[in-house]
Amino acid sequence: MAHKNSEMLKVFRISTLILFWLTVSISGYSNNSPSEKQGESTVEKFNASKLIMEHIADSYEWHIATIGNFHLSLPLPVLVYSQQSGFHCFSSSKFHHGQESYQGFQIGAEGSKYAGKIIETGKDGSEVRPIDISITKNVASLFTSIVILLVIFLSIAKRYKEGFDRAPKGLQSWIEPIVLFIRDDVVKASIGEEKYLRYLPYLLTVFFFILLNNLMGLVPILPGGANLTGNIAVTMILALFTFATISFSGTKDYYMHIVNAPGIPWWLKLPVPLMPIVEIMGVFTKPFVLMVRLFANITAGHIIALGFYSLIFIFGEKSVYAGYGVSVVSILFTIFMGLLELLVAFIQAYVFTLLSALYIGMALERHESHEGHLENSH
Amino acid sequence: MGLVTPEFGLLFWMVVSFSILLWLLGKYAWKPILNALSAREDSIEKALRSAELAKSEMLKLQAGNEKLLKEAMLEREKIVKEARELKDSIIRDAKNQASLEAAKVLEDAKAAISRERAEAVEEMKSVISSFSLEIAETILKEKLSSDQKQKEIVNRYLENVKLN
Repeated sequence: MAHKNSEMLKVFRISTLILFWLTVSISGYSNNSPSEKQGESTVEKFNASKLIMEHIADSYEWHIATIGNFHLSLPLPVLVYSQQSGFHCFSSSKFHHGQESYQGFQIGAEGSKYAGKIIETGKDGSEVRPIDISITKNVASLFTSIVILLVIFLSIAKRYKEGFDRAPKGLQSWIEPIVLFIRDDVVKASIGEEKYLRYLPYLLTVFFFILLNNLMGLVPILPGGANLTGNIAVTMILALFTFATISFSGTKDYYMHIVNAPGIPWWLKLPVPLMPIVEIMGVFTKPFVLMVRLFANITAGHIIALGFYSLIFIFGEKSVYAGYGVSVVSILFTIFMGLLELLVAFIQAYVFTLLSALYIGMALERHESHEGHLENSH
Repeated sequence: MGLVTPEFGLLFWMVVSFSILLWLLGKYAWKPILNALSAREDSIEKALRSAELAKSEMLKLQAGNEKLLKEAMLEREKIVKEARELKDSIIRDAKNQASLEAAKVLEDAKAAISRERAEAVEEMKSVISSFSLEIAETILKEKLSSDQKQKEIVNRYLENVKLN
């Protein structure tokens, strides 16, 4: 009975406090070991938070389907460097879905500090995390998306090289309006006619990279399904690239503005450098917000969609008929969420690009025109 | 907090592969695509401008053509008029010439006729005189037997001769 009550509580959490629930579900996730889920899925009680977390988090294998006790998944290469035993490279299938250890490595059990990650046992018996550059599900998805991007854009570029006077055709006519939109309404509008061309390739790449990975995240099976743009590491690197671009292209005025903002009363700067502190914080919050926004939007979308699916099984555990009944509503809601996510995929790619362009444009701004000739050279 | 802790592996691969993607796309995709797009825009702009230019040029040409046509029409009328005048004058001249010529021919003919007549009279006179001489000779030869007869004969002949 107590168990059922906690399940009911979870349903309540899923349907109401999705974002707050994110943190709750992480603690719930660490209570069960992944091996338990893999082996005894038929007897095990359905655990919505675990299912959702497994879909959102990274993995050493690319899970496709589970039919009964059979797990259909694509094993991926594990690349680890251990300080004790050096470099290792083997297939993730050696772990047998997390049930066995191999060459002294194993996947961290639930509840440990490194749950779901490759660990080895140190000399003192503690769990040590080796340097892990394995081709995980997210890395494989990253490579796939890059290959797709290269294939699409190199083939389009080939057509453009044939002559600019040829009418767009096929994929090209689909991509060209987007490129023109990014160029004219995002980059040119934010950075200005003069210097936009230098930042355009980066911003176009960022836009299409985020867009493609957002869309691939919506495709439920291989080669989609990885939650790449909902992974903090990916959004962090994207934000850092933008941060580096902003910092390297910042003019003297931009940095002077941070230290000594014009038009602010002196007492906000002098005894206690309040404004400079705020400005310096602003420099770092810009990329930080870029990172969190993309991560949170995409992850939240996935959690909501999976939450609706989980409802079917939560009700189905109580009564099969309830499960069938709820499935109708759940599927309708999931379709709605899917369409919303499709919109969000475009919006988030657009927002990241637009804000990056705006920040770059702000860093390029100059207040005194006679200094311009010196600044132009960098 | 597994969800908000970035993994080193993914960070590493993301930096490496995203840098490669940036470089490859920047060099082999964006450059030709953006160049082609701006080249296309330039050429469209140029084409529009030249079309505008051609239009105004054509209008100018059309006006010129009309003027030319009007001028040509005037010219034609002038030429036709001149030709008609020329024709009239030629005909008039020819008529004058012809009447003059005819008069001259008539005159010549008259002169020739009178000259011929005079010549014929002269010739007749000489023939008559030679005839008369011959006659006179024969008469003289035949009838100079008697003076009476001779006189008669001479008179008779003379009478005949006086016809002229």
